[in-house]
Amino acid sequence: MKLEDIRVAILQMEGTNCEDESYLAFERLGARPEKVHIKQMLGLVEGEERSPFDYQILMFPGGFSAGDYIRAGAIFAAIMKSRLMDELREYVNEGYPILGVCNGFQILVELGMLPATDGISSAPQAALTTNDSNRFECRNIYIKHEKSSNSAFTSGYGKDEVLLMPVAHAEGKFTLDAHKEKEMLKKLNDNDQMAFRYVNPEEPEKDDVPYPWNPNGSVENIAGITNPDGNVLGMMPHPERAFYNYMVNLQEPENFGPGAGIFRSVLDYVSRKF
Amino acid sequence: MTLLEVRIELKKGVADPEGENTKKALELLGFEVRKVRSVKVFEIEVDESDEENALDTGKEMCRKLLANPVIHKYTVEVKRE
Repeated sequence: MKLEDIRVAILQMEGTNCEDESYLAFERLGARPEKVHIKQMLGLVEGEERSPFDYQILMFPGGFSAGDYIRAGAIFAAIMKSRLMDELREYVNEGYPILGVCNGFQILVELGMLPATDGISSAPQAALTTNDSNRFECRNIYIKHEKSSNSAFTSGYGKDEVLLMPVAHAEGKFTLDAHKEKEMLKKLNDNDQMAFRYVNPEEPEKDDVPYPWNPNGSVENIAGITNPDGNVLGMMPHPERAFYNYMVNLQEPENFGPGAGIFRSVLDYVSRKF
Repeated sequence: MTLLEVRIELKKGVADPEGENTKKALELLGFEVRKVRSVKVFEIEVDESDEENALDTGKEMCRKLLANPVIHKYTVEVKRE
């Protein structure tokens, strides 16, 4: 399909705060984004009802949905689960892409849509817990693109490409059940689900990435993962805040920045597939 | 009506930066502290008068929303005032 026909839902509720940059990232590439309140998806706004299938891409942007009460992302996920789980499952199975950034990643994990090593799980298989530093880490970090196959969201990046991107979170430590950690990590690696890892740009080949390079203490320095099919991506760093070089103080300020590749890749994926 | 007390704790082995930093801050204030663990407690009133049923409902709430089984364990008790 044509780029200008691709519709993107930027899903929001009270406390979402990255919807504008996310919207602009898609708009500036020529797609048709729309900010959609979760109540519209639930059919609770008369005359403004929406369905996931009205769109070719869904995005959960960053923020503090529902005030991060209970746990970050838990309430947004519970609302989605209450009515929309069957539709979301079908949406993903048909190959439509879903992106979750920061709070969006937390929501996808709470929904069981990531890691989803054996399909969408009814209970969460992972958690994004409090940073080891117990601080809100708000700064630029470096991540390395890890996917080897062409994925919906990262085809624009080379294998092992190192990218500068901002993080801004207090709960970003990717954690697995201690009893299943080894087995889950093996699956994530074997399934090519590792999308991005935090790195020290001076030695990006090293597995030992201490703080501050790994800002939260994530196991295996995980910054972002996909589902096995690669059409659901969750990541803690904010690509929409690195859309142009000037946003992260890089040279050639007007050129696309390190984060733009996520949006360009997924639009390319949709335009080729549908 | 039954009043439930739901207690959400981190599983053994899961890092608790909030507890550790609380300990540090208390020590700075001159307290001698051996350990601090952070715990979250919800008090939930349900219309159910049968306590067993109310407890089952509380556990279901934990499974569906209040706890993430990857990092949390929970207890549900009837609270008497």
